[in-house]
Order: sequence, then C-alpha cells, then structure tokens
Amino acid sequence: MTRRLDAVEIIAAMPRLDGSESVVPVRHIGRWVSAIVAALLAGGYLYLLATSKNMRWDVTYTYLFHPAVMSGLWLTIQLTVASMALAIATGGVLGSMRLSQNPVLQCLSGATVWFLRGTPLLVQLLFWYFLASLFPVISLPVPFGPTLFAVDTNSLINQFGAAVLGLGLNEGAYMAEIYRAGILSVDKGQTEAAQSVGMSRARLMRRIIIPQAMRFIIPPTGNATISMLKTTSVVLIIGLPDLLTSVQLIYARNFQQIPLLAVACFWYLACTTALTVLQIRLERHYARGSKDAKGVGLAGLFGPFLKSRLASKENGL
Amino acid sequence: MTAKMHSPADAAGIAPMVVARGVEKSFGAVKVLHGIDLDVMPGKVVCLIGPSGSGKTTFLRCINMLEKIDRGLLAVNGEHIGYRVGKDGRLCALNEREISRQRREIGMVFQRFNLFQHMTALENIIEGPVGVLKESKADAREHAMDLLRRVGLAHKADSFPSELSGGQQQRVAIARALAMRPKLILFDEPTSALDPELVGEVLDVMRKLAHSGMTMVIVTHEIAFARDIADIVVFMDGGWVIESGPPAEVLGNPRHERTRKFLQSVRGENDCSGG
Ligand SMILES: Nc1ncnc2c1ncn2[C@@H]1O[C@H](COP(=O)(O)OP(=O)(O)OP(=O)(O)O)[C@@H](O)[C@H]1O
Ligand SMILES: [Mg+2]
Repeated sequence: MTRRLDAVEIIAAMPRLDGSESVVPVRHIGRWVSAIVAALLAGGYLYLLATSKNMRWDVTYTYLFHPAVMSGLWLTIQLTVASMALAIATGGVLGSMRLSQNPVLQCLSGATVWFLRGTPLLVQLLFWYFLASLFPVISLPVPFGPTLFAVDTNSLINQFGAAVLGLGLNEGAYMAEIYRAGILSVDKGQTEAAQSVGMSRARLMRRIIIPQAMRFIIPPTGNATISMLKTTSVVLIIGLPDLLTSVQLIYARNFQQIPLLAVACFWYLACTTALTVLQIRLERHYARGSKDAKGVGLAGLFGPFLKSRLASKENGL
Repeated sequence: MTAKMHSPADAAGIAPMVVARGVEKSFGAVKVLHGIDLDVMPGKVVCLIGPSGSGKTTFLRCINMLEKIDRGLLAVNGEHIGYRVGKDGRLCALNEREISRQRREIGMVFQRFNLFQHMTALENIIEGPVGVLKESKADAREHAMDLLRRVGLAHKADSFPSELSGGQQQRVAIARALAMRPKLILFDEPTSALDPELVGEVLDVMRKLAHSGMTMVIVTHEIAFARDIADIVVFMDGGWVIESGPPAEVLGNPRHERTRKFLQSVRGENDCSGG
C-alpha cells in the first residue's frame, strides 16, 4: 500500500481551477460523428434534389407567383383565419359551458363536443353545404307571432360559408377541450387567493386564471392552427379552389406534378413559419413570471436555434 | 343591507369580530366540524392548534366562505357570513357579489402562499385594491410600497414569485392581505411550507402585525410562537374544540388529557428546531 497524501501534499501536488487557464473540455466524439453523418445525408439529398434534371425547378419558379396559385393561397389563408376564428369562439362558448355550474349547459356542451369530434370532418362539411336541402329557408320566428326575418339558405351559406362552418365548428370542439384543460391546469390556490381579496368570478377569470392558462393553451392552439392551414384542402370536395386544388388543376394540364407540389409546399411552409413566429411571440408574452421562460413547442426545425436565442435574450434582461 | 346582529358583547361592551356557535360541517358523509364555538375579540390573536385532520383548516376556510357551513352561526363583524337576515327573520343566501364584498374585509394567508404567479410582488399587492376596491393606481402603489417596506421587501417589488424564496413569498402574501385594509386576517399554517431558517422572518412580520392591533386567527404548529403571541389558544381535535383559553392555561397547564398528549408530541419536534 502506498501512503496516502496528506492535505498539504495534495494542495501542493494538484493544479487548481483558476478560471484563466484553459481546461481541456470533454470530447463529444459521438456527437461529432453523428452530426457529420446526418449533415452529409441531408446535403446529399438536397444536392440530388437541386440538380436532378427531372425536378424542373424552372417550372416551380414559373408557377410560384402564378395568379391561380396566388388566388388559391389567398383562399387558403382566408379559410384558415375565418375557420380558426370560428373555432376559437366556438371553443370558448363550449368550454365555458362545460366549466359552468349549470348542469344543463354542461350536458349540452358535452353532447355537442361528442358529436363534432365523433363524426368525420368531411361529413360535417357536406352537411353544411347541403343544408339548404334540409331547411330551404332560415327564419327567425317569434313563437306564435310574426316571422322577424327569413332568408334563402343557399344565399346565406355559400361554399365559403359552408367550408368555414364545417372546419370551424369541428375544430371548435377540440378547442373547447384545450381551453378546459388549460383552465383546469391553473392551481386552485390561485382561485382561492383571488376570492379572498374579494374578486368577482368574472374578474378572477380575466385577471388571474386566463392569463395563466394561456401558457397551456397557446401551444396546442398553434398546433391546431397549423393543422387547420393544411386541412383546409378538404374544401376541394365542395368545389373551392384552395392552394392545393389550384396547383392540382395546373398539373392536370401540364403533368408537372412534383414541381407544382413543390410550389404548394413552399407556400404552406411560408405560412407555417409565419404562424410559428407568431406563436413564439405569444408564448413569450404569456411566459411572464414563469421560471422556465419555456418552450418553443413545435418550432420543429428551428426549435433549438430559436430556443437558445430565447434563452440568451432572457438572460440579457 | 345586512342587519347588524345582536352579538354577545363582552363586559366592556365591545362586539366580537368573529362569533361562531355550533358550527357544523361535513364533506359528504364525513363530519369534519361537530359544533365549533368561538369568539374572537377585535385586536386579539387567536391560535388554533391541534392534530392533523382535526378540522382547523376547514374551520378557518368557513370564516371567509371558502367552505359553506351546514349548521350553526358564523358571524364576522356583526354580519352572518354568506347569509343575510330576511324580513321574516329567515336567512337568505347571499349572491356572489355580496359574498365578494364580505370577503374584502377578511384577509387570508395560505400555507402555500398562492401568490399570483404571473404578477410581480407589487402587482400582486395592488391587484385587490385597484381591481376590487377601485383605489387609484398611484395610491395603491404607494400603499403597497409602504407595506413592502414593513415586511422588509421593498427591494423585491418587481420580482416575480418564482424569483422569491418561500419566506419572501409569504411576506408578500401578508402584504397582499394587508393592502385590502382587512378587519381580520386568517392564517393557515403560514410557516409550515417553509425551510426552518425562513420561518423566523415570517413569524417576525406576524408578531409586528399582532402588536399593531390586527385581529388574527392563526392555525399553527409553532407552539412556542403561539405561547408568545396568542391572546387565546384553541385546541381542536376530531372536529371539536377540546379547550380554549389564555396560552398559559392551555399550553402551560392543560386540563384535558388529549391536549397534554398533543403538546407532548409536538414539543418533541419543536425543541429540535429551536421553536
Ligand atoms: N374538500 C374536502 N373533501 C373531503 N374531505 C375533506 C376536504 N377537506 C378536508 N377534508 C377532511 O376533513 C378533515 C379535516 O381536515 P382539515 O384540513 O380541516 O384538518 P387540519 O386540522 O387543517 O389538518 P392539518 O393539520 O393536517 O392541516 C380531514 O379528515 C380531511 O380529510
Ligand atoms: Mg390544515
């Protein structure tokens, strides 16, 4: 057995960290290898895609700002915005009915969510489109009295209206659940503290619960919006020329499927990116006071990059 | 308007701040309070002690309507809590707004602080005065800063709860309760979620508050603190008040076997932490 060093000898024998001297860092060899392999694969794939003769980038480029594509894109954006607005409103109504203390409202909300989530979106879309065959005239009668107004259903619900009703109400059912979960995830102590300073129910929701629930509500709502952007393409079935439909109409004539699908992808990605940036801003806004100024949720590709930027900004405050 | 009741006044003719007579409360089939009698005189400090599950928290929560009582009389500042006396002498349940109005006068400090997580310390304190009492923001801020100074946290006004220690959070919570200028403050084990070295700073604030004449009802396991600060100590067990009186009697010379047993069991723990 060797003699153990005593403290003086240890101190004399061992260098200490003094901050200025550079310490040899741990080598992450596995990390480097995997990064290089992944980068090579991705680069090779992009190179093939970029240089392939069959991949007609010139066609993609020609059609990128084609009027038909532009009007399809515009329709897709309009549908997404209008449907999400309806979904958010519907979700708000259904969600607050579900959380109310009134059993009739609770049941009604539950049944509506059950129906909207339980039947295919396509069926609901067609239902709204063919509503006129069920109720040719929509009127608001006073019971046992005169009719206040009456309109022809077909003029009230055109294709766009049917699309928004179908998409918006369907998504609204999911939004209701998102809100409910968000509100329930706020600690009960927050409610009790607010009640003990004499806040009314409405004020308590507005000032205390909803701002804190937003942290849980925004990421899934962002998800829903991005998914809505792409789901709008089902309106093809009631004959609306959205982005994907317009692209399909073009390649039906010139048979350049892949280049034109690339056009659609480009615009979908552009919209998704814009939505993601919006989502990050909202998340940061509502992260107020939370220790983990957390989450870029679904930023996907840009996630780590944006996250590290986020962190450095927070530290700079 | 709520009619003032004929409260049992003490010899000097002062009406109690809290009157409880035969307060009963059940959760489902389980009876948690079996008829609590208690008076709290203005400016006095009452400490509720007793083993876990004896109903201390439940009773405290009944006082500001976080729980509804099933039977009995519970009045604060001469008003039935949660009811008013109708013309025919029957009790009418108060609506949400009237209950909120009653709660404004009763502060509450929670075991887990319950500060509003998305607001700074200062915002936490002015939320009630500005939003509920409709004070001007400038006045409320001034008052809030004053309170923060009193609890020794003026330099933390702009910190969020997640940036404060437990003891600091609890002191902000006390300031938040005080900002409503309550007539009565309820404390539910205000130090039991704190690390031992942070207990003292919160107890100090409460001691100052007691000396300033605030009426306080405190559920606590800090027996030494109760002995030091309480005018009345109430020992509860199994949903009953077993005995109550000045600390010297209840803590120093308990009449009941159960009180004695309980004090022995907590004294063991308390002596280690230095009380
Ligand atoms: N919301 C509730 N639903 C059902 N039972 C409850 C509820 N709140 C409390 N109880 C029960 O009531 C009894 C008294 O609880 P309480 O919290 O008042 O006790 P406590 O004296 O404060 O105890 P501790 O010292 O542990 O805080 C316990 O048996 C508890 O399980
Ligand atoms: Mg308790």
